[in-house]
Amino acid sequence: MKHELIKIESVVKEFGDNRVLDGLSLSVREGEVVVIVGPSGCGKSTLLRCINGLEPIQGGEITFRGQKVDGNSRSIVGIRQKVGMVFQNYELFPHMTILENIVLSPVLVQKRGRKEVEEEAMQLLSRVGLEEKRDSFPRELSGGQKQRVAIVRALCMHPEVLLFDEVTAALDPEMVREVLDVMLTLARQGRTMVIVTHEMSFAKAVADRVVFIDEGSIVEEGSPEAFFEHPGTDRAKRFLNTFTYEKVEKGA
Amino acid sequence: MQALGIDVLFKGINMQRLLGGLWISLRISLIAVAFSIVLGLVVGVLMAGDNPVIKAVSRVYLEIVRVMPQMVLLFIVFFGTTRVFGWNIEAEIASIIVFTFWGTAEMADLVRGALISIPKHQYESAAALGLEQGQIYRYIVIPQTLRRLIPLSINLVTRMIKTTSLAMMIGVVEVLKVGQQIIEANRKSSPHAAFGIYACIFVLYFAACWPISMFSKYLERKWS
Repeated sequence: MKHELIKIESVVKEFGDNRVLDGLSLSVREGEVVVIVGPSGCGKSTLLRCINGLEPIQGGEITFRGQKVDGNSRSIVGIRQKVGMVFQNYELFPHMTILENIVLSPVLVQKRGRKEVEEEAMQLLSRVGLEEKRDSFPRELSGGQKQRVAIVRALCMHPEVLLFDEVTAALDPEMVREVLDVMLTLARQGRTMVIVTHEMSFAKAVADRVVFIDEGSIVEEGSPEAFFEHPGTDRAKRFLNTFTYEKVEKGA
Repeated sequence: MQALGIDVLFKGINMQRLLGGLWISLRISLIAVAFSIVLGLVVGVLMAGDNPVIKAVSRVYLEIVRVMPQMVLLFIVFFGTTRVFGWNIEAEIASIIVFTFWGTAEMADLVRGALISIPKHQYESAAALGLEQGQIYRYIVIPQTLRRLIPLSINLVTRMIKTTSLAMMIGVVEVLKVGQQIIEANRKSSPHAAFGIYACIFVLYFAACWPISMFSKYLERKWS
């Protein structure tokens, strides 16, 4: 059994009176691709945000390599360098070029040499087919291109885990593919990833393990084959049914 | 030339006097602008914060500045304070106080607007990259805020320069007042002086404000 990277233990997250995560436990092992699915508002994005300390939690504990994740502690900066995150709306920095976006944190936070980082950034950019955009500004890129840059920006930090928060939800359908292809490549390289997505066929293809969350706790988890073909709970069945349509019977 | 009253400009030291008047206008506005920018930054940052008391007070301040004609403010500070408190404030100082009071409010509102227009996710994605609070402000938030702020605040500067013409109402001998004096003095010899002098003042204001306004357009294009 491989090393446990992320351990989430009975985590409780509340926004005022609203309990978003209700004693949720989950662990992610090295090299594993965990896909989290569930209806909107079930708490899956919040869970990702808690993993790198963007949201304070009200109960339980989250650890990364045994180190407690706490957004207010000094150690959080170190953890965040090892836990890369890609957001739904890309969140590139609009006042910086693509290359500047990518090298900012490795140079500033990790104190690596600019030249070395730029070389690596260019290599990564060419792998996602965007090397000629190095001096462009984010506003000049399409959504899919921006999201690929955001992934490169996260990769350039040499993270041990990548968190993807509905990264294709804001994209036009024809751009979804180019982003998912990048993520599939990363999965093949054996990267540890936690992915929140609504793309079910992608989830089936990329996941080692699917976790279905509803109302703040895990309802079902298992291999993608088991979950998608033979969901064990009614709630999971109902959820999966929302993605398929019956052929319309005329005159019925 | 005489029909348009332009000849008056070249009589004696009239042109020099007008330029001297323009300098007074610019001096008042530039000093007020300098104070307004510094104070406006401070007040604006406070206004963007969470303190409800500061928010309420600044709200009232902003409304007062918005509804009150600048000329009324000038009269209050220049004439009103002399009567009530026995203060003898120089007209130019009074103008600077009023224009700073006004400029600070406008500037603070611009700063507040620019700050809250930076999406929360920008802070978060910077934090997710391991940047610390100070670095997030220095590299992500402040550069973006300034980019939004500078073109807007330059527009404020040109508005303040134009509005200094009101200072003549409390006896500051700025460019407009000098112009009136020249027109008065030449009433007999050049009855058309009004046209030439005011046209000249128009050109002077234009020369002072247009480059500034062009600069702001340039920055806006560059950073859009």
